[in-house]
Amino acid sequence: MNQVDNPMVRFENVTKRYGSHTVLDKLDFEVAANEKVAIIGPSGSGKTTLLRMLMTLEEIDDGIIYVDGEPLTHMLDGDRLVPANRKHLSRVRAKIGMVFQHFNLFPHMSAVNNCIVAPLTVLGLSKDAAYERAAELLDMVGLGDKLDHYPGQLSGGQKQRVAIARALAMRPKIMLFDEVTSALDPELVGEVLKVIRKLGDAHDLTLLMVTHEMGFAKEFADRVCFFDQGKIAEQGTPEEIFSAPTNERTIQFLSAVLETG
Amino acid sequence: MQEKPIQHRLVIVGILSLMAGFAVVTYSSFREFLPELLRGALVTIQVTLGGAMVAVAAALIAAVFKMYGSLFGRWLAIFYIEVFRGTSALVQLFWMFFVLPYFGITLEPFTVGVLALGLNIGAYGAEVIRGAIQSIDKGQWEAATALNLSRMQTLRRIILPQAFVVMIPPWGNLFIELLKGTALVSMITLGDLAFKAQQLNQNTLRTVEIFSLVLIMYLCLAMIITSLMRALERRASRGLVRGRAS
Ligand SMILES: Nc1ncnc2c1ncn2[C@@H]1O[C@H](COP(=O)(O)OP(=O)(O)O)[C@@H](O)[C@H]1O
Ligand SMILES: [Mg+2]
Repeated sequence: MNQVDNPMVRFENVTKRYGSHTVLDKLDFEVAANEKVAIIGPSGSGKTTLLRMLMTLEEIDDGIIYVDGEPLTHMLDGDRLVPANRKHLSRVRAKIGMVFQHFNLFPHMSAVNNCIVAPLTVLGLSKDAAYERAAELLDMVGLGDKLDHYPGQLSGGQKQRVAIARALAMRPKIMLFDEVTSALDPELVGEVLKVIRKLGDAHDLTLLMVTHEMGFAKEFADRVCFFDQGKIAEQGTPEEIFSAPTNERTIQFLSAVLETG
Repeated sequence: MQEKPIQHRLVIVGILSLMAGFAVVTYSSFREFLPELLRGALVTIQVTLGGAMVAVAAALIAAVFKMYGSLFGRWLAIFYIEVFRGTSALVQLFWMFFVLPYFGITLEPFTVGVLALGLNIGAYGAEVIRGAIQSIDKGQWEAATALNLSRMQTLRRIILPQAFVVMIPPWGNLFIELLKGTALVSMITLGDLAFKAQQLNQNTLRTVEIFSLVLIMYLCLAMIITSLMRALERRASRGLVRGRAS
């Protein structure tokens, strides 16, 4: 049902272990171009690991990940697939951006410099061009008046919006969000979700977000994937998952979350 | 935080008054010995500065090789660090001065002093730099990777600027160690402060005045280093302190 012709992201038989603990077990997973996918599930089910593997922050133990039609974790050597080298990783990784739960802003740089450093050093943009792009993006996330503020002078919500602008400055095709509102005070969650909603309107961005904001997932996502013990236990449209879940674990999880949330 | 600079200044004032008092009491010897001792102090300062540059360069290279180098690079860095930490600076100095010529390498005493002491301190500095780099949150590396920065770009733009602030105080200690260590160069005929003191002492036998003066001069040099490092720390941490202010 989720078989797509030209998936932007494709996990094929991907396995990830930490020691003897298998976190993801022969996972098959596809995301279409421009699709917005919400990933939900209990803590420890492998959601973060999934995103981190796609961002090349974790190596996979088995299987292949494809991005935008070419292998990410592997490369062609003649007609054989071999593990990717650094250069290949860097080239394919350029299509992906990530926003972290704890922001991970560079504390020694102002907001605008956080957004400039990579375009400058990686893309080789001129200072002016990089600045212009950064200022535009910071304006888009509602921080046009905070360009010269350091991360420590910003609230959590503002920090996370800088982090989103920073990732966008590299013009990725795919954006990964890992519980980006979990570390925020409740009153700051809205301003970050608002920015993500704005990104959803962009026609050339594939979005994967791990989230506990069920309300947001329901109205924002094209598809919701419920993860349990390293597998996709159930997936479907938000209506299917939230209104008529069939999997026992999904039902349990949702009732637990919706009770406290 | 607020008290420290004031205390520090009080100590400086104390030392200065002590010196002034000493100068008055021993006015004649002060006038007699000071020019020669100052000439020695100049050499001490030169060796310290040169040694400091060698130390920082060697420490940075050794730390980066030890952490990110190839197997051979790592091995080389470990070899350097262990050899220079595991043997005495005096032996290193003598070895470079007296043994290297047998291998056809004859260096000026000043060069040997700067190299030997610099490499000696650099071996300790390498571990300081490594520790500072490792103290930076892993999330910084991950954010940089997500932005597609290479390892060296991450190190240079993201990690080292933050690690720099962490390692200024331990480097202050190392530079003071270096300053004190420069007294060893008097053993390879360099006319530093310690050398001049011994020479004057042999010629005049006015041990008390000479070595008291020398003591105070070393102390002043050490305090200059401390003040400079404090200033550097304040400057370097400005962005980060602003960062923590909220
Ligand atoms: N670096 C690691 N070393 C060992 N185990 C890990 C590591 N990272 C994650 N895990 C384990 O992998 C499982 C999945 O973790 P994670 O992907 O963070 O789950 P989620 O994001 O869904 O809460 C958990 O059991 C966790 O303990
Ligand atoms: Mg997680």
